[in-house]
Amino acid sequence: MSIRVTDSCIGCGVCMNKCPFGAIKMENGKPIFLDNCTLCGSCVEACPVDAIEIEKKVVNDINLADYKNVWVFGEQRDGEISSVVYELVGEGRKLADKLNEDLCVVLYGNNLKKKAEELIKYGVHKVYLLENSKLETYNDEIYTTVVTGMIEKYKPSIILLGATTIGRSLGPRVAARIETGLTADCTGLDIDEEKGVLLQTRPAFGGNIMATIVCENHRPQMATVRPGVMKSALIKSDYKGEIITEDFDLDKLESKTRVIEIVKEMQDRVKIEEAEIIVAGGRGVGSAEKFDIIKKLADLLGGAVGATRAAVDNGWISHDHQVGQTGKTVSPKIYIACGISGAVQHLVGMKPSDIIIAINKDPQASIFNYATYGLVGDLHEIIPILINQIAEGKDFMEAAASAQS
Amino acid sequence: MMNIVVCIKQVPNTTEVKIDKKTNTLVRSGVESIINPYDMHAIEEGLRIREELGGKVTVISMGPPQVADSLKEAISLGVDDIILLSDRAFAGADSLATSYALAKGIESIGNVDLIICGKQAIDGDTAQVGPGLAEHLSLPHTTYVKEVSNVNDKNIKVKRTIEDGYEVVEMDLPALITVVKEINETRFPSIRGILRSREIEVPVLTADNLEVDKNKIGLNGSPTQVVSVFTPQVEAQTEIFNGEPAEQAHKLVEVLRQQKII
Ligand SMILES: Cc1cc2nc3c(=O)[nH]c(=O)nc-3n(C[C@H](O)[C@H](O)[C@H](O)COP(=O)(O)OP(=O)(O)OC[C@H]3O[C@@H](n4cnc5c(N)ncnc54)[C@H](O)[C@@H]3O)c2cc1C
Ligand SMILES: Nc1ncnc2c1ncn2[C@@H]1O[C@H](COP(=O)(O)O)[C@@H](O)[C@H]1O
Repeated sequence: MSIRVTDSCIGCGVCMNKCPFGAIKMENGKPIFLDNCTLCGSCVEACPVDAIEIEKKVVNDINLADYKNVWVFGEQRDGEISSVVYELVGEGRKLADKLNEDLCVVLYGNNLKKKAEELIKYGVHKVYLLENSKLETYNDEIYTTVVTGMIEKYKPSIILLGATTIGRSLGPRVAARIETGLTADCTGLDIDEEKGVLLQTRPAFGGNIMATIVCENHRPQMATVRPGVMKSALIKSDYKGEIITEDFDLDKLESKTRVIEIVKEMQDRVKIEEAEIIVAGGRGVGSAEKFDIIKKLADLLGGAVGATRAAVDNGWISHDHQVGQTGKTVSPKIYIACGISGAVQHLVGMKPSDIIIAINKDPQASIFNYATYGLVGDLHEIIPILINQIAEGKDFMEAAASAQS
Repeated sequence: MMNIVVCIKQVPNTTEVKIDKKTNTLVRSGVESIINPYDMHAIEEGLRIREELGGKVTVISMGPPQVADSLKEAISLGVDDIILLSDRAFAGADSLATSYALAKGIESIGNVDLIICGKQAIDGDTAQVGPGLAEHLSLPHTTYVKEVSNVNDKNIKVKRTIEDGYEVVEMDLPALITVVKEINETRFPSIRGILRSREIEVPVLTADNLEVDKNKIGLNGSPTQVVSVFTPQVEAQTEIFNGEPAEQAHKLVEVLRQQKII
């Protein structure tokens, strides 16, 4: 067993309380680790006297210094680059700058030259472009082979992928083939300046706790990031970069998977991930009919409608609108939470918002701990008044404008 | 005849996990262990395919000894065989080491046609074990399957959920799929199943039984490591608007104006 207690243990029992698995028992004033211990390390960190040690045998034969640069997987569908790619470019550039390395995007598909040129303007040093009709539609086996081939050739130190259906399928396959670590659904990334390793933070246990994860001895360090968590990169005129055209022999590559048809189902898809303003309703709204007031306010402000799982489960609004751990992650300029208590699972989906406004009749609701502005009161009283005031203001502005012309 | 393997994970029922605000620790008392909800749908799909084409369903899980209870539950639902991979040497496995160990376990069954996993496990929500397992076994895979439209002894046709609709995908067997909840309605245990589950001995395989590379399992085989665990902290400085609803609304209008929203 590779977890042990040293003589400095004072038998305080903090480790037992901190164990997320209930896998520690105190016996004769010393912790005993039960069979369901997963060696997660929570106790090591919690111990006030550093008396718990987890021994891990480092098994790898790669030279870490050979690996350099931050890569972003340039996911595309139908020749359009997914929005999460721009978010990863924004974040990836920060990481690359901290490491003093290059930010590169790997882009696969067909006729993507223009897109590659565009990407440079967002702060990408290098775009590795590989064009082939076999790469037009995503295929797990073919993409895995191509990505691992390029990793072996260029040896990147970090690879970021969107936590999309593609990224969450490709990432683990690539990581398994090259035997490296992959951290799913990260909400925060940073560099440990001392060791130069990637710090990957993500929610765990239904969002109740956050964990920071590292992949110290293997390369590349891989992470998927949910769309909407990071801020999109901005275009800057002084960015310079190059496009490197790759040439990879795909003729012999075969796949046992065939995509026969792609069916688009949602015509007017709710793109709350891209909205600047979101008005969201929770259980406090009360009913499907009463949800109209939320929609009305959103319309008036030119925003989108969000919802908690409670509202979605009650059938007041469709799942596309759900924000949170099992819904979407959003980061609008303004998030107005109406009748929402502020459960962690909801918060993880909207905390990156610039300004959070909460309307709730319970002054103790935990949403008020996260809000920038709080309105304590009944949403059914406040919102209609708000709508009137905004509408009046608009009329006034319009009247003023027409009086001028 | 289909030889089907379903991978299940025992997880704490995270809907019940709460944080003790005073001590900042997870409150576990009374939190039960359940079969990962998505894996219940994986078992159901395995049973349905067996009922249509004949064959057998083996359920495999890696975890501590108490996972035997979840495997017995699978028996009560009507699966044919169960295997528990349990050994201290497996502890501390991340998704890479888990998928490696499961691959070894599945290889020990031999001649498998179809492997079914849940979309993700609700304790970690990583969704990485399925694709990783397919890679270790050099099999094709499809994630987020919401319907198995057609399956015979050579190939399988499925509908895969994507962001704005679905794809129809065909794979040669053997293959692996991960399933979402919409794929089926799960069944209840049968009396016969419950009786069988009471009697059955759960076969346990250890690292030695599987002839695994000890450097690839458990903590040693896990490239990723948790370095800190913390509860999300309260950061915001909240300004509460006081007064009558009209007054509060007015202050909010001011904010929206400042932000040039209106
Ligand atoms: C694994 C897991 C995943 C989850 N994923 C998600 C997720 O993705 N998204 C999500 O949202 N939730 C998720 N949840 C559920 C989450 O834990 C909460 O249950 C949910 O967010 C609560 O929604 P709510 O705030 O609308 O309801 P409640 O918690 O019931 O809060 C309602 C609030 O409305 C207030 N209120 C009532 N009437 C009025 C009124 N007239 N005017 C003003 N205020 C009023 C009340 O004071 C209360 O604070 C998940 C849970 C689990 C376990
Ligand atoms: N320890 C395990 N034993 C058996 N199956 C597992 C285990 N961990 C994960 N799985 C399977 O892999 C799926 C995805 O899990 P995860 O990658 O942990 O989100 C689950 O739904 C299970 O089908």
